[in-house]
Amino acid sequence: MAIRKLFIANRGEIAVRIVRAAQSLGIETVQAHSEADRDMLAVRLADSAVEIGPAPAKESYLNVDRVVRAAVESGADAVHPGYGFLSESPRFARAVEEAGLIFVGPSADTIERMGDKVAARSAAKAAGVPVVPGSKGRVEGVDAAVQVAADVGYPVMIKAAAGGGGRGIRVAEDEASLRKLAPQAQAEAQAAFGDGGLYVERAVKDPRHIEVQILGDGTRAVHCFERECSLQRRRQKVWEEAPATCLDAATRDRLCASAVQLAEAVGYRGAGTLEYLYEESSGQFFFIEMNTRIQVEHPVTEMVTGIDLVAEMISVAAGAPLSVAQEDIRLSGHAIEVRINAEDPAMQFLPSPGEVTGLSVPEGEGVRFDHFLYEGYQIPPFYDSLVGKLIVHAPDRAAAIARLETALEALRVDGIRTTVPLHLALAADADVRAGAFHTQWLEPWLAGGGLETQTTGGAS
Amino acid sequence: MAEIQAPVPGTFYHRPAPDQDPYKAAGDAVAAGETIGLVEVMKTFIEVKAEAAGTFKGYVADNESPVTAGAVLAEIDA
Repeated sequence: MAIRKLFIANRGEIAVRIVRAAQSLGIETVQAHSEADRDMLAVRLADSAVEIGPAPAKESYLNVDRVVRAAVESGADAVHPGYGFLSESPRFARAVEEAGLIFVGPSADTIERMGDKVAARSAAKAAGVPVVPGSKGRVEGVDAAVQVAADVGYPVMIKAAAGGGGRGIRVAEDEASLRKLAPQAQAEAQAAFGDGGLYVERAVKDPRHIEVQILGDGTRAVHCFERECSLQRRRQKVWEEAPATCLDAATRDRLCASAVQLAEAVGYRGAGTLEYLYEESSGQFFFIEMNTRIQVEHPVTEMVTGIDLVAEMISVAAGAPLSVAQEDIRLSGHAIEVRINAEDPAMQFLPSPGEVTGLSVPEGEGVRFDHFLYEGYQIPPFYDSLVGKLIVHAPDRAAAIARLETALEALRVDGIRTTVPLHLALAADADVRAGAFHTQWLEPWLAGGGLETQTTGGAS
Repeated sequence: MAEIQAPVPGTFYHRPAPDQDPYKAAGDAVAAGETIGLVEVMKTFIEVKAEAAGTFKGYVADNESPVTAGAVLAEIDA
């Protein structure tokens, strides 16, 4: 069944991205928007627009009934959920399908299953994908903990089985240290939760966040290689790359093959991402969760593979088989994306909505800026602070960083504060240039004045 | 009488959490620097504080209403 008219149930830069992908496929677009988003770029670019409710997301973009009703009334035959909002809501996917429309994404059942961490972990294990090994349940006593550790391998993390929030967490490097630390963890768990039960799992040292992009048509799945997204602040990615230069070819092959195995095992349809923790010192990777939607950082994958992921997910939703075979998907060069947020890095990243009084967008070979800005646009305060994504592509990583610096210098968004200074400081940092970071790197760097050091010219 | 204004644009909340009481009720004493509400701006919550001490007169902006930067949120009798 062909899609003739696509309803876009999202906002911001991803709505613009989806409108453009639909246009490239000759599909008519209907853009949903809240009262606060009447002037947004996607509304102007789409063939038509429909208001779905007041500014608060829970009364508009997150309201299943309103969105589905608006989609049906618009005469659309498919709904693209973008990312965030209702994109991973099985209830929404089900409601769209029950209304007789195509949901651009996997089935509601798949969203439900892969969105549940325990179910996703079991599905991964069943498909032969490595997960962080640990005790099956609670462990009583030091000897039992030592036994589990011998199975999962050191270093191990000891946690309180009850409660959470980091209380009682300890890392043991070997059996001697485990025998010393386990009783302490037990005592602390007992004191904090009245329950001395422990949980033991393999500690992933200096974990890198590496994720694999997959595409599936319900029968066959392919991977589009991996992304490295270890530079995070408050668990939000700020800088993403493809490929992950810390992987050797053999590890990359195994990692990507494992993602395809899991995608095919669940009959995946659409674009999806499997997230892993990667431990560089041992070369081991562990599946942590799956995102059953397009991701913010998908452009880096598009740059290094040449595949239009958004167009492909629309095509397979309409019932077409994947347009590419695995052997046709090749890595070319290196891509980096940095998130341009309306935030002031010098003020603890205080959000900075407001009017865009001037805009200068970098252009040129290997430079892409996905955004929803225009001069005179009033960025509303009600939604996410992401206003754009600057993406660069070059033959290798060093050239990509150089291109990024040039593009960042050329990017000007007047009237608001943005995270451009953060990215300039990161691009100039020795560790970042060496690719020597992990998920726990950025916050200490910021706390240690990384931003000030770079922006003032390097006080010693 | 002193007005308390929104430090940033966003959504104004009278309560620290939906299941809790408003920060202040009419007649309550307010200390300088005390929090009287929250403004949510781009998914970040900013505390709204009284600049000077006084007696809380009431909220001017509704709970969960959109506010612009500088909008009057509440009034205090000094």
